[in-house]
Amino acid sequence: MDHISPVIWQFLVKWLTNFAVIPPEASKVAPQVDALLLFMTLVSLVGLTLVILLVVTFSVLYRRERSPVATQIEGSTLLEATWTIIPLGLFLVMFVWGSVLYFRIYTPPPNAMQIYVVGKQWMWKAEHPGGQHEINSLHVPVNKPVQLTLISQDVFHSFSLPAFRVKREAIPGRYTTVWFEATREGTYHLFCSQYCGTAHSAMIGQVVVMSQDDYKKWLESSTSGVSLAQNGERLFASLSCTACHNGTPQARGPNLAGVYGSTLTLTNGQKVTVDDEYLRQAILNPSAHITQGYAPIMPTYQGQISEEGLFSLVEYIKNLNSNYRILQTTTTTELAPAATAAAVGTKGMVKP
Amino acid sequence: MSSIVSLPDQTTARIPKRNYLTNENGILSWLLTGDHKRIAILYLISITFFFFIGGALAALIRLELLTPQSDLMAADTYNKVFSMHGIIMIFLFLVPSVPATLGNFLIPIMVGAKDLAFPKINLLSWYLYLIGGGMTLWAMISGGVDTGWTFTVPLSTHYLNTNVVTTGLAIFVAGFSSIFTGLNFIVTIHRMRAPGMTWFKLPLFVWSNYAASILMVLGTPVLAITLVLVVLERTIGIGVFDPTKGGDPILFQHLFWFYSHPAVYIMILPGMGVISEVISTFSRKRVFGYSAVAFSSVAIAVFGFFVWEHHMFIMGVSNYSTLIFSLLTMLVAVPSAIKIFNWAFTLYKGSITFETPMLYAFGFMGLFTIGGLTGVFLGSSGTDIHLTETYFIVAHFHFVMVGGMLMAFLSGIHFWWPKMTGRMYPEKLSQLAAVVTFIGFNFTFFPQFLLGMLGMPRRYAAYPPEFQVLNVFSTAGATILGVGYLLPMIYLVWSLKYGQIAGNNPWQATGLEWQIQSPPLTENFIEIPVVTQDAYDYEWLERQKEREVTQVG
Repeated sequence: MDHISPVIWQFLVKWLTNFAVIPPEASKVAPQVDALLLFMTLVSLVGLTLVILLVVTFSVLYRRERSPVATQIEGSTLLEATWTIIPLGLFLVMFVWGSVLYFRIYTPPPNAMQIYVVGKQWMWKAEHPGGQHEINSLHVPVNKPVQLTLISQDVFHSFSLPAFRVKREAIPGRYTTVWFEATREGTYHLFCSQYCGTAHSAMIGQVVVMSQDDYKKWLESSTSGVSLAQNGERLFASLSCTACHNGTPQARGPNLAGVYGSTLTLTNGQKVTVDDEYLRQAILNPSAHITQGYAPIMPTYQGQISEEGLFSLVEYIKNLNSNYRILQTTTTTELAPAATAAAVGTKGMVKP
Repeated sequence: MSSIVSLPDQTTARIPKRNYLTNENGILSWLLTGDHKRIAILYLISITFFFFIGGALAALIRLELLTPQSDLMAADTYNKVFSMHGIIMIFLFLVPSVPATLGNFLIPIMVGAKDLAFPKINLLSWYLYLIGGGMTLWAMISGGVDTGWTFTVPLSTHYLNTNVVTTGLAIFVAGFSSIFTGLNFIVTIHRMRAPGMTWFKLPLFVWSNYAASILMVLGTPVLAITLVLVVLERTIGIGVFDPTKGGDPILFQHLFWFYSHPAVYIMILPGMGVISEVISTFSRKRVFGYSAVAFSSVAIAVFGFFVWEHHMFIMGVSNYSTLIFSLLTMLVAVPSAIKIFNWAFTLYKGSITFETPMLYAFGFMGLFTIGGLTGVFLGSSGTDIHLTETYFIVAHFHFVMVGGMLMAFLSGIHFWWPKMTGRMYPEKLSQLAAVVTFIGFNFTFFPQFLLGMLGMPRRYAAYPPEFQVLNVFSTAGATILGVGYLLPMIYLVWSLKYGQIAGNNPWQATGLEWQIQSPPLTENFIEIPVVTQDAYDYEWLERQKEREVTQVG
């Protein structure tokens, strides 16, 4: 191979030894998606071969040298029906199969572990409930369903995990969710796949799949010491949410203990199920989310809490089972205002 | 290889002294013309100009992607380059390509009319196109724009400091040129058909342009509204798309794709019309299942309006609406499949020759089949999640638009070149160009399917090194493709002076345009034809020729 440039030669050898047409299959759903992709590829190859075969065969058989005069044919309803119905049938199979996968990918199981992710120009920030924060990387345990709640702080981003065959847009102003169950330990690509400005192509990172034991160790060694719910509790107090949402009979706001997952009736008669998205909207745009029986007096918190802070509040309210600690805080405030300031943190402080 | 080309005796043949090119002289006679054929030529020159600017930008993109680092240009520059490539190629080349050039030139002649219904609006449409194009160029030169061709909010409204407003308004203006063209076609096809020219005697080129015109007239205003909203949001902050003001950025996606999905059918349908004409002519046969092909164009136009959400499957739309839009997407794939098989069976028992337009048409069939089938990968919602926003999308789109539409455009340009100019292009060289284009195209874009499968996101100035080899293949292919596009540019210009005299009907084709002189008279027909024959009636053509011979004899 003297006549081939050694650079190109090296290059090709290296590539051929690492050649792959699909990324690693590292999640539970990956082989299922790949099965459909394989089916579609096969159908496409058969279809393409058929078209090429028809064109080539007819071109050879009926070229002018062999077939100087054309025989005029109007068409054939039977043939046309054939090539309408067969593709339609195949496409419908792909539609049903694809839809089943779609519902599977975007319907998290109830026992999934929760991780919150904020996308911003140009980084991914993951917030674990235990108070671990990471940027442009995501540590997850193997063989355990993980649900991500995504939001963008500025423009559209897209959280793409090719090895898991999973991707979800991070949208400003609303939560989106996606879940996966990693099946193979290792480090895989994490991309932002929605064009988001200057450093779009630098908004990449890695997802690290660890054994469950390693993951536990990682959680312990990386925690900031304050869990999301604890941070939420501090925010809840510092933003004076406790003044109204304290569960006492004379409280001006609804009781939030155990509210997550329940069904509320709003003043306009609409029934809503309280989920992450509802809580976020109720904090930022309260006047449109007034529970029946309460006055529309809550001020908006739009622009006052960061997306990370909102995640903390959501996580806090989600886990709020009793008003015991809220009442304690309010009472303590009345008794010893000076002591509270230190315990609760400064107003507007979002995270340690 | 035998050929159907029948040219007049070159020693005695002359280009007719009086034709639409020589009828009037001087630059003003062009700039103020109402003649649909001259406007078509004006359009042809302008879109070719923009095609080469867009092509140069594509070359820069491929050069940058030769290496994993963003080293040829800064990331910001790269973003501007790919944005401008998309904006120019889509709005200033693909949308007007076949309708505004070949459609403008041929539709009045094909239906047997002297001109389009509104010649002055037709001229206005070209001026609007020029203004839109000029503004786009100005935006590019005076700092560029880096929104991508999709103008996604809130990036375009709140986060970029580039010429978003100028570009948005440019596309707004250019959109009206496309509305006017569509309007003109619809009225002309409805009201100005020659006596005896019933709907089912119309060439399929007219049918497909008619379907595309409906899309232009109904879809483009929505794009115009969307762009105005983007401009207002950016300048005075009305907040329609801004979540902090109660707006919804997803609304932008709905509005934008409500136009931009039908827009891909605006681009491809006229190309399909070209393919029908070319395949029929070079196999000497009526198009197999004429009405199925005609109605499949209309079906594509109708269904094309109800599939836009498939661009948003991962954007947090309701799972159930995804179900519906995925189903409708599968349905819109069927008429395209019907067309491909009907064209293939048009060849059956034909008498086939392989001139350049036919080679391009074969290229179209192969590449469009791949483009269409990979579209099904994306229409199926479960696999769309993995493939969307990657190079798979880029490859799919380019297979349909460049492999499909551009092949069809080149096929049509070669096919009608003798009619438009009165001269033949050099056959051997152009066959070579068709083959080079086909090879270069596959080399460029097939590796991108693999890149997409592997998960490489699109619009990346830098990428992980493992993707380099496929990118190098792609760039190498783009070089070949570039040669394939430069060749016609050169020999077509050459042929204007040195090409052989074509005569009225070098291909022995049946369309009304081939029964008149080349280049045609300004008024197209000496007397308005009375149509008794069907479209693609080769027996009628034989009888006509016999009659001429006996009369002359």
